[in-house]
Amino acid sequence: MADIAFLLLIFFLVTTTIETDAGLDRMLPPIEPPDTDVIIRQKNIFTVNINKNGQLLVEEQLMDLKDLREAAIAFLDNGADGSCAYCKGRRDESSSDNPTKAIISLKNDRETRYGTYITVQNELVGAYNDLRNREAQRLFGRDFTDMEAQYLNPETPSGIRDDLKEKVAKIQELFPQKLSEAETSSSTN
Amino acid sequence: MAKFNKKKDGDLPAVSTASLPDIVFMLLFFFMTVTTMKDSSLMVENTLPNASEIKKLEKKDRVIYIYVGKPTSQYQKVFGSEPKIQLNDKFASVSEIGDFILQERAKKPQELQNVLTTALKVDKEANMGLISDIKQELRKVNALKVNYTTYEGDAFRNLQ
Repeated sequence: MADIAFLLLIFFLVTTTIETDAGLDRMLPPIEPPDTDVIIRQKNIFTVNINKNGQLLVEEQLMDLKDLREAAIAFLDNGADGSCAYCKGRRDESSSDNPTKAIISLKNDRETRYGTYITVQNELVGAYNDLRNREAQRLFGRDFTDMEAQYLNPETPSGIRDDLKEKVAKIQELFPQKLSEAETSSSTN
Repeated sequence: MAKFNKKKDGDLPAVSTASLPDIVFMLLFFFMTVTTMKDSSLMVENTLPNASEIKKLEKKDRVIYIYVGKPTSQYQKVFGSEPKIQLNDKFASVSEIGDFILQERAKKPQELQNVLTTALKVDKEANMGLISDIKQELRKVNALKVNYTTYEGDAFRNLQ
């Protein structure tokens, strides 16, 4: 009987996983506005609007959700002023100057479904991750998301963590996540 | 034939108790494994959306949970079927969030108070209006780090 009990114990020990929650990490903007007004050129802003039916208006044009990630990557990676050596975009004059200047502005209606909102957030974060992965592969030979996950994992030894911290920060500097969320509009049309 | 004594009627052999500890241990292990530590029971429907670009929420002691969703069927008669906010074990209005966050923050050790994350566990059918209100409240109390808790999966499944 004791053997059976141990067998069961080992079985449960192996099969149970301690559940950890996962999700999209975001920072909210501070409530007090910055002291200095920063002038941002219109072409450095990538506007994404979600209406209450879950339709997307990207840069004043209707867009399918499936194309959003590609459009965001094209915008971030554009590098129009030529100061971005690692950008592989088309250097379109009417699009963003530099990834460090490029801002994605997300607006949603009060009646937008949360599921749709998360999908859009996921695609935008995915666009950043794709670009960061590309640069991390080029510089360090591994994915950025992989490095970041290892860096955030508390079980990683501190020696490796310190090394990763630098690399993660470097990649984040190349493509800083500038995702602004304005207050929701309550348009009725 | 004295060797073969006839058994007397009604003299039952005693049940062996040698295996009892094992049985008890087995039960103990069973309950140990199936028990999950739950802080509060859910009073709202909570089907989280799917996302693929997720990060794990490590260190549970640094997380404050806010649940949003339609009240479950047993509460619908009293609270209606519009999405509501659940803080700990009760329904709350948007204006109570600020106080709740400050209270929870005060409960945590000093060194963790600046690194807290607010996990928003929101049903995917909820409207963004309520979420925006919550975010506004969070900004007021300077709880800027949020995590939209999701399941891992294809984000496009949310649209159905």
